[in-house]
Amino acid sequence: MDSQTTYNYKVVRQFAIMTVVWGIVGMLVGVIIAAQLVWPQLSFDLPWLTYSRLRPLHTNAVIFAFGGSALFATSYYVVQRTCQVRLISDKLAAFTFWGWTVVILLAAITLPLGITSGKEYAELEWPIDILITVVWVVYAIVFFGTIVKRRTPHIYVANWFFGAFILTVAVLHIINSAALPVSLFKSYSVYSGTIDAMVQWWYGHNAVGFFLTAGFLGIMYYFVPKQAGRPVYSYRLSVVHFWSLISVYMWAGPHHLHYTALPDWTQSLGVAFSILLLAPSWGGMINGIMTLSGAWHKLRTDPILKFLIVSLSFYGMSTFEGPMMAIKTVNALSHYTEWTIGHVHSGALGWVAMVTIGSIYALIPQLFGKKEMYSIKLIDTHFWVATIGVVLYIVSMWIAGVMQGLMWRAINSDGTLTYSFVESLERIYPYYIVRLVGGALFFSGMLIMAYNVWKTVAGSEAADDTIPQTA
Amino acid sequence: MDMIDFHSLYTVVMLVVFIGICLWAWSNKRKPFFNEAANLPFADEDTSTKSALKLQEKKDNGYE
Repeated sequence: MDSQTTYNYKVVRQFAIMTVVWGIVGMLVGVIIAAQLVWPQLSFDLPWLTYSRLRPLHTNAVIFAFGGSALFATSYYVVQRTCQVRLISDKLAAFTFWGWTVVILLAAITLPLGITSGKEYAELEWPIDILITVVWVVYAIVFFGTIVKRRTPHIYVANWFFGAFILTVAVLHIINSAALPVSLFKSYSVYSGTIDAMVQWWYGHNAVGFFLTAGFLGIMYYFVPKQAGRPVYSYRLSVVHFWSLISVYMWAGPHHLHYTALPDWTQSLGVAFSILLLAPSWGGMINGIMTLSGAWHKLRTDPILKFLIVSLSFYGMSTFEGPMMAIKTVNALSHYTEWTIGHVHSGALGWVAMVTIGSIYALIPQLFGKKEMYSIKLIDTHFWVATIGVVLYIVSMWIAGVMQGLMWRAINSDGTLTYSFVESLERIYPYYIVRLVGGALFFSGMLIMAYNVWKTVAGSEAADDTIPQTA
Repeated sequence: MDMIDFHSLYTVVMLVVFIGICLWAWSNKRKPFFNEAANLPFADEDTSTKSALKLQEKKDNGYE
């Protein structure tokens, strides 16, 4: 096809398909480690199958492979469609796809081998970190370059969120991954002690704030209005939402380090900003959900819209829970317990995965010249399986977490601990099984999706929409 | 100026900036621009290859 008159959908197709593939891989590893917590013998005494090595594989696969591919796919699609130009370079766009794929494969090899820098969500060793940096800079060039040569007078709000996500993740990754290599596979952070911990959680929380929130809000601001067939509820609110969210998120990291050697004032600063975050988060959630105002009936018939709107509900729920858990007294109960795992998954499965799934279902037919997905009914089935899975997951982890917290702090009148650690472990055992069931349900939903995508794509031709020439 | 003065001043500046953003966003002068921007997801539908299909769908569903 003439590259001047059509959008570059090839790279979008590649990333969209890989979103489904990596989703299945990452969530399968999640199900395996959830099963290992129920039946520890499932590591078969093999070092590369131990929980401690598979857990970072799970987090890296779902965040960077599944979530990352979804963000690449949607941002490349949205920036072209709302700027009404083709990506500035097909070659550079292709480089980001293959580069990102190599990063993921390297992660899948090195993490089970135990090659890690030990920083949560930034475990990959320095040679891979350098490759990530190169790919990311090229991503930024392609994305911002496309915005620069846009043919529309405005930069749509979704692109602001994608842009903030790309820019901030570059800064976070480069600063937190700064390390002194001692060999090809081992390096040590340039920071030490408490400063290292603060840099790590400044990175860690902003990975949540910009990778898992700002990026996916970009998806939300395009696909919710598009699917609902009406513009976003308030564009003004979206502007204030953007600037307040990106200003406040930066400072919330210290809440990961309550009651540690981190100075008290820094912890209090983290609490204050975490509580403040409720306002922009809920502003965005309300803006998304209210977009449906006057068209609520569409929820009855459109399962894609159900995915998108329920993802916003989970977003609202976890962004209420988060500020609450950041308060020091609540954190004293919740920290280091399963409650944290429940909170993370209400955000990761309920918000990130569901908004991703919804947008991919909306994208796939567009990219392959189909009117709609092969089976709308299967999307609906996927929706219910996934929703029940998330609810089982987070409710079991809430109960387990609060119980753990209460048992750990229980003290006898003579000041000794009422319960030993293993007693608390015994009590939460049944909830580990419920969590496994919930996770397995969510995972099986991804298999339904893969089948549906396969049937939609099989035998179809790649369809590249033409760019309007009159704008 | 010590750190406390600096931080106090900085807090006030950020508050003013925030109020400024809100006033700017809600000013009537911006309204037509924002309306145009808000419709960007639909702006390229008319000429895209499947636009006829989509318009038909909308009519079927009773919008437009």
